[in-house]
Amino acid sequence: MTTTAPGRFGVYGGRYVPETLMANLIALEAAFDDARRDPAFQAEFAQTLAHFVGRPTPLYHARRLGEAYGGQVYLKREDLTHTGAHKINNAVGQALLARRIGKRRIVAETGAGQHGVATAAACARLGLECIVYMGALDCERQRPNVERMRLLGATVKPVDTGSRNLKVAINEAIRDWIANPENTHYLIGSVVGPHPYPLMVREFQRVIGDEARAQFARVAPRPDAVIACVGGGSNAMGIFAGFVDDPHVELFGVEAGGAGGATAATLNTGRPGVLHGALSYLLQDQEGQILNTHSVAAGLDYPGVGPEHSFLKDTGRAKYEVVNDAEALAAFRDACALEGIIPAIESSHAIAFAKRLLARRPGLCVIVNLSGRGDKDLPGLLAKGLV
Amino acid sequence: MTTSAIQKAFDRARVSGRRALVPFLMSGYPTRGDFRAALARAATLADVIEVGVPFSDPLADGPVIQAAAARALQQGTTLAQTLEDVTGIEGPPVVLMLSINQVLAGGAQMFAQRLKAAGVAGAIVPDLPFEEAGSLRAEFSARGLELLNMLAPTTAPDRMATIAQSARGFLYLISSAGVTGTRDTFPPETLAYIRRARELSRAPVCVGFGISRPEHIRQLADADGFIVGSALIKAQGEGRDIKDVLQPLHAAL
Repeated sequence: MTTTAPGRFGVYGGRYVPETLMANLIALEAAFDDARRDPAFQAEFAQTLAHFVGRPTPLYHARRLGEAYGGQVYLKREDLTHTGAHKINNAVGQALLARRIGKRRIVAETGAGQHGVATAAACARLGLECIVYMGALDCERQRPNVERMRLLGATVKPVDTGSRNLKVAINEAIRDWIANPENTHYLIGSVVGPHPYPLMVREFQRVIGDEARAQFARVAPRPDAVIACVGGGSNAMGIFAGFVDDPHVELFGVEAGGAGGATAATLNTGRPGVLHGALSYLLQDQEGQILNTHSVAAGLDYPGVGPEHSFLKDTGRAKYEVVNDAEALAAFRDACALEGIIPAIESSHAIAFAKRLLARRPGLCVIVNLSGRGDKDLPGLLAKGLV
Repeated sequence: MTTSAIQKAFDRARVSGRRALVPFLMSGYPTRGDFRAALARAATLADVIEVGVPFSDPLADGPVIQAAAARALQQGTTLAQTLEDVTGIEGPPVVLMLSINQVLAGGAQMFAQRLKAAGVAGAIVPDLPFEEAGSLRAEFSARGLELLNMLAPTTAPDRMATIAQSARGFLYLISSAGVTGTRDTFPPETLAYIRRARELSRAPVCVGFGISRPEHIRQLADADGFIVGSALIKAQGEGRDIKDVLQPLHAAL
């Protein structure tokens, strides 16, 4: 489609939502533009990142992992943030923005539960009401995070329709927002959704890339490559933001290949379409029905992807690779055994690709975004005998 | 500009001193045969018929229509089957309701060609707001099809004017915040909103989302027409005759 509407990355993005939400999106776009230029807002955001989130996070030289894989591996330790994943950067940013525009009720979706926990924490801190929609399947496989959200004062609403995962959680969060447009802010957790979300979430996450670039500059001018997992793609957009303007740094997004033919590798096997308000690559059938996905990683188990990733794929600036469940689980064990770090199963997909890249091109120096920690995965993985 | 089939249908209702009734049915629900039978029964009381082409992830729909869409999809309902079933219906014009992704699957041009060939009058695409609708609107206009504009109570005044003034066929007013499905009552400001839209719109204004009982029609009497969806789907699901729902509503028009 050709259009002059705002919020496009090439042809991707846009704003495909029911009319009831348009007023909110237009107001949110203006509020975000305003907040971005307001030094007081930026100062409060920076202060919150430093003292509540625990930034900057280290850029850790994982020597034993590098030796085992045949190159140099640096891990950007988003797993060490408060609540244990990069999701908190965006959650505190949007919660501050919601308070600024007078929205006291927050709805959010969550897949792995990390965004739900981050949102619950950000809301508790500001005294905002928090409702988190979570697929019933994900509630089962990410039990510890359900308990965490409840402890932090959030209401968790399991969604027992359709695929029972992240996709239907987003459907329900959007429907809640349609029903409560006046008092509610939808705190979306990834670089997906209608404009201005993909842009706004990237800007709240770019601190990952900005820090990593500055930290790495003390070692060498630049890494050869930056690697991050991609579900919706917010940790990847966050770290890519620090390197995308440097053509000497290769960017790799890693999608979840699932197992036995069932996949969540949207950019590799989908084609453009509209889901959850944006035009982007999408796993769909010939009729435009959204396909069910599979990944061992709840946070990557999503048939869509952020529109800016679609743009980066088409322009060739970033490459998108596929890692399956078994490879991710092997990388998970590597990080535990060689570095004493339990990574999220989502982030393990990025580590697994580092292994493949270094096997192909030994001696490269790569930064892997370790987007979250794996404590939340242990009950599910142990119960299935996967680790 | 020739008067469209939708416009004519609203004109006929007005001339006979009543408002228009627009029943919504889900293609393929509960079965393909039931849908075709319901279509024929609805046609006797309808001025325009809205037919949903089931979608896997309908954001604007409540539980009743979501469940109907899921069931219709399980039975393999497609756009092609829907177009086959609505082709050559005796009586009122048909408009389709579907998601923009179903339109984009075969492309906007192909979609418009297929609707035209099937004799469908137009379409409602709830997740395609006015600003994003340019290319589909162009494909429709070139073939005399109507892409129906939508308004919500949250729509800002200047935007409301733009959308209402360019409305063709009928202007679809979302009655109140929320997804499709029955509401007990409507807030008092709903009537003022209908009046404002009617002043601005060149096309008739038709209210949908939550219309299920004659008193709703009486309360919102300033509208030119009423869309009834979830109440019919619910009746079908319970094995009741949709005429039992439609007749009292028709009597209140």
